[in-house]
Amino acid sequence: MKLTVNEKTVQVEASPDTPLLWVLRDSLDLRGAKFGCGVGSCGACTVLVDGRPVRSCITPVSAVANAKITTIEGLSAEGAHPVQKAWQQEDVPQCGYCQSGQIMAAVALLSRTPNPTDEQIDTAMQGNLCRCGTYARIRSAIHRAAGQTALRD
Amino acid sequence: MNRRHFLQMTALAGGGFALALYERPLARAMGAGQQAAGQGLSPRAFLEIHSDGTVTIKSKNPEIGQGVRTMLPMLIAEELDVDWSQVRVAQAELDEHAFGPQFAGGSMSTPMNWEPLRRVGAAARQLMITAAARRWGVPEGECSTAAGKVHHATSQRSVSYGEVAQEASSLPLSDASSIKLKDARDYRIIGKPLPNVDNAAILAGKPIFGVDVKLPGMLYAVFQKCSVFAGKVKTANLDHVRTMPGVRHAFVVEGTVKQAPIVGSDPGIEPGIAIVADSWWQAQAARKALKVEWDEVAGSASAAAQSSAAFEAQAQNLLKQSPAHTIRSNGNLDSAFQNAAKIVEASYSYPFLNHATLEPQNATARFNGGKLEIWTTSQTPGEGRRYVAQQLGIAESDITVHLVRAGGGFGRRLMNDYMVEAAWIAREAKSPVQVMWSREDDFAHDAFRPGGWHGLKAGLDAQGHVTAWSQHLVTYGEGEHTAPTADISGDEFPSGRVPNYLIGHSAMPLWLRTGPMRAPGANAYAFVGQSFVDEVALAAARDPLDLQLELLATPVANGSGRPSGFNAERLAGVLRQVAEESNWRNRVRAPGRGMGIAAYSCHSGYCAEVAEVAVDAENRIRVNQVWAVADVGRQIINPSGARAQAEGGILEALGHMNVEITLAGGRVEQTNYWQYHLPRMRHTPKMHISWRITDNPPTGLGEPVMPAAIPAVCNAIFAATGKRVRSLPITQSGFSLA
Repeated sequence: MKLTVNEKTVQVEASPDTPLLWVLRDSLDLRGAKFGCGVGSCGACTVLVDGRPVRSCITPVSAVANAKITTIEGLSAEGAHPVQKAWQQEDVPQCGYCQSGQIMAAVALLSRTPNPTDEQIDTAMQGNLCRCGTYARIRSAIHRAAGQTALRD
Repeated sequence: MNRRHFLQMTALAGGGFALALYERPLARAMGAGQQAAGQGLSPRAFLEIHSDGTVTIKSKNPEIGQGVRTMLPMLIAEELDVDWSQVRVAQAELDEHAFGPQFAGGSMSTPMNWEPLRRVGAAARQLMITAAARRWGVPEGECSTAAGKVHHATSQRSVSYGEVAQEASSLPLSDASSIKLKDARDYRIIGKPLPNVDNAAILAGKPIFGVDVKLPGMLYAVFQKCSVFAGKVKTANLDHVRTMPGVRHAFVVEGTVKQAPIVGSDPGIEPGIAIVADSWWQAQAARKALKVEWDEVAGSASAAAQSSAAFEAQAQNLLKQSPAHTIRSNGNLDSAFQNAAKIVEASYSYPFLNHATLEPQNATARFNGGKLEIWTTSQTPGEGRRYVAQQLGIAESDITVHLVRAGGGFGRRLMNDYMVEAAWIAREAKSPVQVMWSREDDFAHDAFRPGGWHGLKAGLDAQGHVTAWSQHLVTYGEGEHTAPTADISGDEFPSGRVPNYLIGHSAMPLWLRTGPMRAPGANAYAFVGQSFVDEVALAAARDPLDLQLELLATPVANGSGRPSGFNAERLAGVLRQVAEESNWRNRVRAPGRGMGIAAYSCHSGYCAEVAEVAVDAENRIRVNQVWAVADVGRQIINPSGARAQAEGGILEALGHMNVEITLAGGRVEQTNYWQYHLPRMRHTPKMHISWRITDNPPTGLGEPVMPAAIPAVCNAIFAATGKRVRSLPITQSGFSLA
């Protein structure tokens, strides 16, 4: 089966019902997307499919064969994407396990809504669990990436 | 390399009482650490100074998101006197003889390393000075250092550490106790908000976590255990499972859990079925075809009958009686209650909790020529190695342990069950194996935060002073012995500050693992004690702040000869400061809006918090703001990391208020995050965090900010609604987080 991942066409061997997450991690060695829940309720596995945030742990690979898939590894060569830079400037990560999913969700939000309000951020990010509680910094980083003044106290 | 050990570890600063909260895993890790501590630390274990001017500093402890890979190297770099930009951080392997205690727990990384790691840096700096002075033939006393260079002002010469590193490596090490440490005014790294050293790797999605470990020829395993604790396999369709795509092995693990009146945090391997496949997804898919007949009562005859409803009924009965076991008593409670002008009575309860680390439990193991290597996210890797050695019957010296960044800890990884599983399955499969749990495994097989019930009664005199206080904890255990982290101390506030006082417990048997969770004990007892103080203040028609300050100002009765466990002036100090910062005295009182105050000391830290909430007509709560003031001594080492721990502590508290683990038919009823509503972005309050700097040795922040946030919010809910939250989660009282 052929996939388009991070602007490259790749050939993968996997049964059609294999979740995209495991194709990325095991077949393509792209381990930025993480397994957290297996049921689409934590967002750690979030990647972009045609620009939309998708839970790759519940997305069969066969469903994305003709789509453009973007993972955290495809955002920039060395963390230079504005969202990654904003995350660094706000010193967002604690354990860091959820952050690739958070970043991909934020990238999708900002591509649709370049200057989101707090409410729009809350709604767009509600599917992404951060067990360490970095939400205040994530929100500041999204505002920062959007070119707004950070609202953190 | 010369490994002469010369630096003596200092005594544990402020560490004594925090340890009492822990059960064996951490206590044993500490024991190992103290043994190693006697042998001292060498800067040569911690440091590599390269000729290009960069310095590699080993970070000794497990990184679970608490920021030690940034904070601990800062201590060394400061005294070494290098620029932070010169520093590269590397993870130390497990070697407690070289590095001292290596664990993540009890907010102990700061108090245990503040002094010795600065001495490591200072000793290395001294070597650089000695080497440069010898090269130049000048007295050492005329040399100074800055930004990784030694300077000799008189002759205007300077040399980089890298240039003299070779000469320094053959020098004898001087007596560490004679080395003068920097004055805090001269700090250039400590006290600066430095970003997490792993940000670049995290933000680029690099494979740095436990589940990202990949070895040549490695297979992946799932381990299916009985949904009733320690149930055994009777029969299973393993022949069919072995025909599933990618499956290499499927076998029964008999397990080693023994019947016992109290289940330990790591009681041995639970029985189950290992399925080993080419990929984790194939192992997991094969598990769906697995059909097992379990002997659910193999571990205990009562196992399958356990339920939250039955425990609740039993606890309510026990609460009607006196505590079966008295922990501390002072004065004459009966006559004090008889003479009281007013009596306040209430009972409180809270449920089992699951740690729910976002990275599921996992470990990777490889046998090679009788030697075992394990890659682990454990918070107590030394304890994990002992456990593996004991369970598999191999020598500890034949086991190498690699510390890998963990996707969250919260105390879950103080237990090492996943390490033993990986080692066992790798040995059986004769192949390198990574075991990863599904989320469903993780919900069913935690060492849970134990639930508990408290009966409280306070007596007030006519002036509104507290004259009597009794507290009866109904907990899990047998007789005077309690399940891991289900005990309460005789020093619980306001013990010793009320003339007539009793604290005791009654225990119910439990066939389930329990264990430490972020701020163990404190995470429950702060909710109970600080909510009840609020009730008592209301009954006395007094501001809860005034009542707390009055109790804290009361000299501690030494009838039992016990220390009070904390410094009352420090707790009063953070209370006064948070009251000022939140404008507590002039707080707004309006229907549906309220503020609450609470304070607690744990893990050598002191924290007071004020929460401001809004509650709508459907009893949906929005926590708008939280003010937190913490006193963790004279120095905040990394303000950005410290603040992160405080923010995380507050979010952790909101989580504890909103979730529960319940049992029915001996099984955990919650299976995944959709049944366990941890806070999301929209639940995040505005957080005002500040420090109260006091002249005490610096202590940790992973835990102390968490406990007081729960009662601060619950007291605010009362102020807003007149309805007291006496049972967690808040859904028990009809509330929800908006």
